[in-house]
This record gives sequence, structure tokens and C-alpha cells, in this order.
Amino acid sequence: MKILVFVNHVPDTETKVKVSADGKLIDPAGVNFMLNPYDEIAVEEALKTKQQFTGEVVVASLGGETNKETLRKALAMGCDKAVLLKDAAVRDSFAVASGLADYAKEYGADIIFFGKQSIDYDDSQVGGLVAEMLGMPSISVVVKLELNGGNIIAEREIEGGHEIVHSKLPAVITTQKGLNEPRYPSLKGIMDAKRKPIEEKTITSVASRVEVSALRKPAAKAAGKIVGTDASAAAELVRLLHEEAKVI
Amino acid sequence: MKILAFAEQRNGQFKKTAFEIVKAAKTTAEKINAEVIAVVVGNNIASIAGQLGGYGASKVIAVEDARLELYSTSAYSKVVAEIAKQESTEIVFFPASELGKDIAPRVAVKLQAGLAAGCTALIVENGTIKATRPVYAGKGLLDVSVTTGIKIFTLRPNVFTAGDSNGSTVAVETRKIELNEIDFAVVVKEVKAARGKKDVAEADIIVSGGRGLKGPENFAMIEDLAGSLGGAVGASRAVVDAGWRPHDEQVGQTGKTVSPSLYVAVAISGAVQHLAGMSSSKYIVAINKDRDAPIFSVADYGIVGDAFEVIPAITAEVKKLQGK
Ligand SMILES: Cc1cc2nc3c(=O)[nH]c(=O)nc-3n(C[C@H](O)[C@H](O)[C@H](O)COP(=O)(O)OP(=O)(O)OC[C@H]3O[C@@H](n4cnc5c(N)ncnc54)[C@H](O)[C@@H]3O)c2cc1C
Ligand SMILES: Nc1ncnc2c1ncn2[C@@H]1O[C@H](COP(=O)(O)O)[C@@H](O)[C@H]1O
Repeated sequence: MKILVFVNHVPDTETKVKVSADGKLIDPAGVNFMLNPYDEIAVEEALKTKQQFTGEVVVASLGGETNKETLRKALAMGCDKAVLLKDAAVRDSFAVASGLADYAKEYGADIIFFGKQSIDYDDSQVGGLVAEMLGMPSISVVVKLELNGGNIIAEREIEGGHEIVHSKLPAVITTQKGLNEPRYPSLKGIMDAKRKPIEEKTITSVASRVEVSALRKPAAKAAGKIVGTDASAAAELVRLLHEEAKVI
Repeated sequence: MKILAFAEQRNGQFKKTAFEIVKAAKTTAEKINAEVIAVVVGNNIASIAGQLGGYGASKVIAVEDARLELYSTSAYSKVVAEIAKQESTEIVFFPASELGKDIAPRVAVKLQAGLAAGCTALIVENGTIKATRPVYAGKGLLDVSVTTGIKIFTLRPNVFTAGDSNGSTVAVETRKIELNEIDFAVVVKEVKAARGKKDVAEADIIVSGGRGLKGPENFAMIEDLAGSLGGAVGASRAVVDAGWRPHDEQVGQTGKTVSPSLYVAVAISGAVQHLAGMSSSKYIVAINKDRDAPIFSVADYGIVGDAFEVIPAITAEVKKLQGK
């Protein structure tokens, strides 16, 4: 089975947001980047799929030189091969998806894993975009996956429950927390990953469709009111919620 | 100009977002001199669709088919794209719900449209729609515009208020879209409801508990308060990871993003990843025994105290207010 997993390289969640000089981007100075947490789940599922069916797992990321760190982490977890789709420019999800779809076509995967969203821009669109560009079925926000021959039975999380979804390979799956517990890279995995080459490919870039005019910091919230320091404050709190906030 | 508003229904009932989407479309339409067309997809749904007029739709198109009773990514996205083409709509609004997030990218590719996802504000500037979307776990706001001829926006649930219907109804046109076997490449076979409980992603009031509650048994107190307020129970990741609560209750960066009118955080420290999921709530109440817990920096009201004493007292006061 040819298994492809796409991973994004994102600022870690503790990052303090500082706006860059052009006012549109985060200033990357001092920011730690990491493998997007949902993509870790995608990598784990790709590796499990390989265990079930044999084959190979290729991990790919679109971005600049620094994305190699994230690719190495995925290699250390056990992916067979890594590909950097080189593009240093900043692009929107559509342009990223178009680069990923080109590579996916060239590779010809039986199953493609994505995270359900990147935690930097929370776009939740690249998986669906790539699937449609490839004319493949897609199942998003998957918390349970069963592959049986070419058939897929997946459970996806929706508001107030789960949907049981049927489809067929080749397909795109986007992963949600709960699907699996991503493994920690072993020491041997980390050593091996250092030696594995990362293939580099230049992509044909397309124009973004969403234009950013500004990245702003949200207005700081005015200090809240401490209503009290023990249970006797309950009555006053409920009064405020009822009369001032009018939410109960 | 026309704005197509996707009105989500499940089991023949509109989701709250359906009204929010139509109303937000109407508010925007007024500024760009456009008309709002609502589209509803499903089976036997035309009869409920007329009420969308009360929120600003000047026309409703209902696409009905027995095979559309349950959601299908492939079929629903084809239907919406076809309707957008037939109506020549330049703008399409979806809710950023699990369904909306699932089909919007596919519709975007079909319509060669740009997609601004998870918007929390829309303004019109010189005839162009500018959208704001939270990024970096809510620590930044991005102002964006879509540059393609057809523009798609998904709107975060519970942020755009639908208000009350003005009481009017509008004519519903049922329309057939030809669907073949290939359009059902992905189908939902069954929906498992989560034990009839309210989902945090849709609740207007949420009471969430954190690790400070010490054990799963103490969530009874959280359930009582949530129950008395008619709200849903939420949880921090720490308690979900510990197995005290199911993952579908997790609020935050790797859980659900919520924007209720009232969010009560009980014994939750307020880590940035938790705040990412709830900081756009309208009112936030923090109950924590540590005055320096970061949750107080986003709270509108707080009690610095022991949850085990404070929560039952609040529940009792709520019941008193309700005359129970
Ligand atoms: C990549 C990543 C993603 C993450 N995603 C999420 C996410 O989606 N959601 C999420 O919630 N977290 C997430 N986290 C975890 C987050 O960083 C915190 O670890 C977590 O939110 C802590 O949960 P907590 O507040 O319940 O526990 P703690 O941080 O342990 O806080 C417990 C609080 O309870 C208070 N307390 C104790 N006893 C009492 C009492 N008797 N009465 C009142 N107060 C009391 C304490 O003062 C303390 O503030 C993520 C972390 C990472 C790295
Ligand atoms: N630059 C990228 N390179 C590779 N994969 C990506 C990239 N950006 C996003 N993805 C994948 O698409 C998923 C959804 O991302 P997004 O639509 O940005 O929220 C991520 O979880 C990744 O699996």
C-alpha cells in the first residue's frame, strides 16, 4: 500500500504572538516550531496502516528549509521517506493544497492522511481541498478508522455525536484527537532519521486566493470582577449574571 | 448580487447556525445591495424551509432526495455547488460546523473560489467584504479578503447572532439536482447520538471542569450546575486525558472551539490551549482557588475559592432564581 501523510510545521502553542514589520505575519524570531499536533496523529495512523497492510509511508511538507525539522520528527516516528515541497513564500491554504495535490498525483497514493487542522491558522481546509483537486473521497475529523480490503468504515466526530461513514480507497482521511495515541520516537528512530535523506522538490506555485491585510492582537480584556472568595459570593454572582450580563 | 446561505439541518430540523448564517448574510447583503438565497439540502425538508424568510432570505431553494437524508460529503458538495452555479451567486456562506467545514473546501474547488474559514466578524469596506478570523490560539486576529470572483466564508457558530424571526415566511422552491452513484462516494450510514446530551459546540451555556476537581466522581456537581442552567458539560484536556470525561467534551485547541453566551470554568487553570477554545465566549466566569490562575485574566466574573463549596452554592442560587 502506498501511504502518504502531509504534515505542517507550526509555531508551538506557547508562542507569544509578535507581529512582523509588514503587519501581516507573525515575527518568527524566537518562535519554536513543531510538528502540528493533529499531524502527529495522522503520522501515527499512517504507520499503523502500514503495519496492517505493508507498503511504505511517505511524509511530505510544503514550506521552507526549516520544515525539515518536522519531517525529521516524522521520520523518527517511523516514516520511510520524507519529501520537502520547497516553497519559501507565504501562501494561503488553496495555494498550499495545490502544491500538495500536484505531489500526491505524481506519487499516486492509495490513502492520504492529513491532520484535521493546522493549529496556527485553524483553517481546516487543506485536506478537503486536496481531495477535491484529486477527485478523491474524503472523510474528515476521523476518530476511528477501519480499512478492510478497499473499503473504509470511519467514525467522524460531529456536534452531539458521531457519524459512521462508508467510502472506498483511494481516499483522503483527516485525523482528530482520539483516533490513536501517537508514539514517541525511539532513540534508534531518532538516530536513523538523521541519516535518512530528505528529498527536495520544487513546486509550481499558484496565487493565493485569500489576501491578508493585517494581523492584529485582540484588544486586551478589561480586568474582570472578583465577586468574592468563598461560597457566600454565589448569590451575588448569580445576581450579576442575571441582571448585569443577562445571560441566565 | 446574490449571497447563497447554506442552512444546515439535521433530522428535518434546522440547526441554530442556519438562522445565524441567513441573518449574517442578510446583514452583509444590505451593505452590498445583494439578495439572500438560502439553500437547504436533505429529505422532506421543504416544509420547514419557509421560516428562513423571517431571518432575511428572499428565496429558499430546497433540494430533496431520499439519498440525502443523511449527510454525504460528495453529494452535498455537488448539490451546493450546482445551486451556486444555477443562481450565479458570487458569495457563499457556510457555518464553520463539522458539516460546513467538511463541504466548504470541496465547494470552493468546484467553484474556483477562495475560502475564508472560521470568520468571527464581517465588515464591508468599499464594497468588499473583509473578514476577521482568530489565529494562533486566539492570540491574533487576521483581517482577510477573498480575491476570487466567487467568495466563500465559513462563520464560527454562536458568534453571529440570529436574533428573533421577524415572523415572515418565504416561498420555498424545491429543486432536483441529478445525482449518480459516483456522487455518493462518501456516505454517512448511521448517526450515533451522544446519549442525548447537549454538545459543547452548540450549547449557549457551558460549565467546564478541570483537574482541580480531583476525580471523575466530582463532576456530578458540574453536571448539576450545567443541568440547572440548561447548559452542557465541558472539560479541560487534563481531565479528558485522565479518562475522567469523554473527548467530545474537551474544549480547547485540540478539542472543540466554543462561543457560548456564558462559559463557567471550574478548577481550570486557563492554559493558553484551553483559552484557544473558549476565549470568544461572551461572558466568562472563573471559579478557582488560585488568585493567580491565568483563567482570571479572561474572566468577566470570578470567585477565588474552593469549587467544592462554591459550585453547590451557585447551583442552589440558580434554582432559587428559577423559583425551584
Ligand atoms: C499541543 C497541546 C494541545 C493542548 N490542547 C488542549 C485543549 O484542547 N484543551 C485544554 O484544556 N488543554 C489543552 N492542552 C493542555 C493545557 O496545556 C493544560 O495542561 C490543561 O488545560 C490543564 O488542565 P486543567 O486546567 O484542568 O489542569 P491544571 O492546569 O492542573 O489546573 C487545575 C486548576 O484547578 C485549581 N484548583 C485545584 N483545586 C481546586 C479547588 N478545590 N477549587 C477550585 N480550584 C481548584 C488549581 O488552582 C488550578 O488552577 C494542550 C496542550 C498542548 C501541549
Ligand atoms: N504546508 C503544509 N505542508 C504539508 N501539509 C500541510 C501544510 N499545511 C497544511 N497541511 C496539512 O493540512 C492539514 C489541515 O491544515 P489547515 O487547512 O491549514 O488547517 C494539516 O493538518 C496538515 O496535515
